[in-house]
Amino acid sequence: MAPRPHYSEPGDRLESVQPVEVSRYRGFTRANHWVTAFSLIALALSGLALFDPALYFLTGLFGGGQMTRWIHPIIGVVLFFSFALMFIQLWRLNMPKPEDTTWVANIGDVVKGREENLPELGKYNAGQKFVFWAMTGLIIVLIVSGVMIWQQVAGHLVSVPARRIAVLVHALAAVAIILVFIMHVYAAIWTRGTLRAMTRGTVTGGWAWRHHRKWLREIASRDNKGPAE
Amino acid sequence: MNDMANSPTTAASNPPVQPTEAYFDARDVVRISATRNVPQPDRQLEKLAKLIDVSKCIGCKACQSACVEWNDTHPAVGENVGVYENPHDLTPDMFTLMRFAEWENPATNDLEWLIRKDGCMHCEDPGCLKACPAPGAIVQYSNGIVDFIKDNCIGCGYCVTGCPFDIPRISQTDHKSYKCTLCSDRVAVGQGPACAKACPTQAIVFGTKADMQAHAETRIEDLKSRGYENAGLYDPAGVGGTHVMYVLHHADKPGIYNDLPENPRISPVVEGWKGVTKTAGLAAIGLAAVGATLHGLLARGNEVEEHDIESADKLVKGQDPDEGGHV
Repeated sequence: MAPRPHYSEPGDRLESVQPVEVSRYRGFTRANHWVTAFSLIALALSGLALFDPALYFLTGLFGGGQMTRWIHPIIGVVLFFSFALMFIQLWRLNMPKPEDTTWVANIGDVVKGREENLPELGKYNAGQKFVFWAMTGLIIVLIVSGVMIWQQVAGHLVSVPARRIAVLVHALAAVAIILVFIMHVYAAIWTRGTLRAMTRGTVTGGWAWRHHRKWLREIASRDNKGPAE
Repeated sequence: MNDMANSPTTAASNPPVQPTEAYFDARDVVRISATRNVPQPDRQLEKLAKLIDVSKCIGCKACQSACVEWNDTHPAVGENVGVYENPHDLTPDMFTLMRFAEWENPATNDLEWLIRKDGCMHCEDPGCLKACPAPGAIVQYSNGIVDFIKDNCIGCGYCVTGCPFDIPRISQTDHKSYKCTLCSDRVAVGQGPACAKACPTQAIVFGTKADMQAHAETRIEDLKSRGYENAGLYDPAGVGGTHVMYVLHHADKPGIYNDLPENPRISPVVEGWKGVTKTAGLAAIGLAAVGATLHGLLARGNEVEEHDIESADKLVKGQDPDEGGHV
């Protein structure tokens, strides 16, 4: 059995050579991502509606206050399991690597887009890894605190002082995850050519070379071995 | 012709025979949940209060029966587990509950039976209203009554989180929150609350807050003359005072009356959640969203360049991409 690759998933491969296209996410992972994404957006909108009266009108999107109160935690459970499935697929390549330290130390060059000054990277850079682990941690905090204040399910099980802490923690974690979400969307748009990884599932060779060179090298060396093996 | 009812000064009197118009209504609302800048009414109603003299209570539960009858609730038949409380806790169908405590007075070695009628205290600074996210689900009138408007209630349970007395209960049937209304519908037509009306010993009395405080003074004086030197009025300042007050024979130890809080106030956790977390959190989200959008529109994106494409090309063809020029 071949050893697990260091910088790519076994399924990542060259989709075509002329022009170079590399498959980054298979259909299942993309569907999984979008279920999670739309759940997060729906949760943010319904949650903000109950966070501040100025945003209460957002309950209209869900069919009124009662419906919003009912559906928000259900979407939360959907997101939790959807993200858990994604976690299983993505965690390995999101583990920290020595080059992440150099990348973070040169964050100025990252922001200026001067990638020639940055180390070669595997499938994810430190920023992407931060988003992954921040989402993981915050989703755990949100599901635990959320269930504790889920009136229909846990209303009679959780003491009032515990509920007070849970509701505060839930609000703080929700603000944090919305900020991480904004960062995630912004980075995906700013780094041109990224979005297609989650729509068509492939990226161009130039994109892979520029941003995730170790990832591309590993895939290329694997795919170049030819039929002799 | 209908006469306008007067603000009630007692629960003892019988209602007039002819129909009367409500003397207060939505125009007298001073606070509305999840609503900023509530227009203040041009008149101030006399502050009302219910006074519960714990020392006169005989634990008959007539108040509970009257409450169930007037509010037309239907509490489920309970189960006797060997305690006097019935039902075992406040429920969405039981807005008031006699709580019984057996307390051994260390000074006298006497066993004292302390009976407290639990229910909404109608705080001047209501924690439920502060926590509520649904506009108009909780209102406070200028006479001090805090009322739940169930049409606007969404059943989230935040009022439970906000209440310093653990009073609201959410129905699992219609998913709305319920508690004592201080019989706002009776008070509006000049009547006192049903519990006060039914109380056979007048342990529950009702009237203006000033009258109730004055009445409490005479009761406290009487109790002190009978050896209860710590008798006093429970009208906690931490929540701005309440419109349901207790005369306690041991006002220095409210906790012995089934955990009546010594110094109730809206929890700092709730204040922090509804205060700085909300303001700072929304500001951070707003700034991040606007900043990201503006920067995304105005700044140049991180584009893949021609040499990246060439290098990738060479790499997949097995050539050395780091070597300059054409091979």
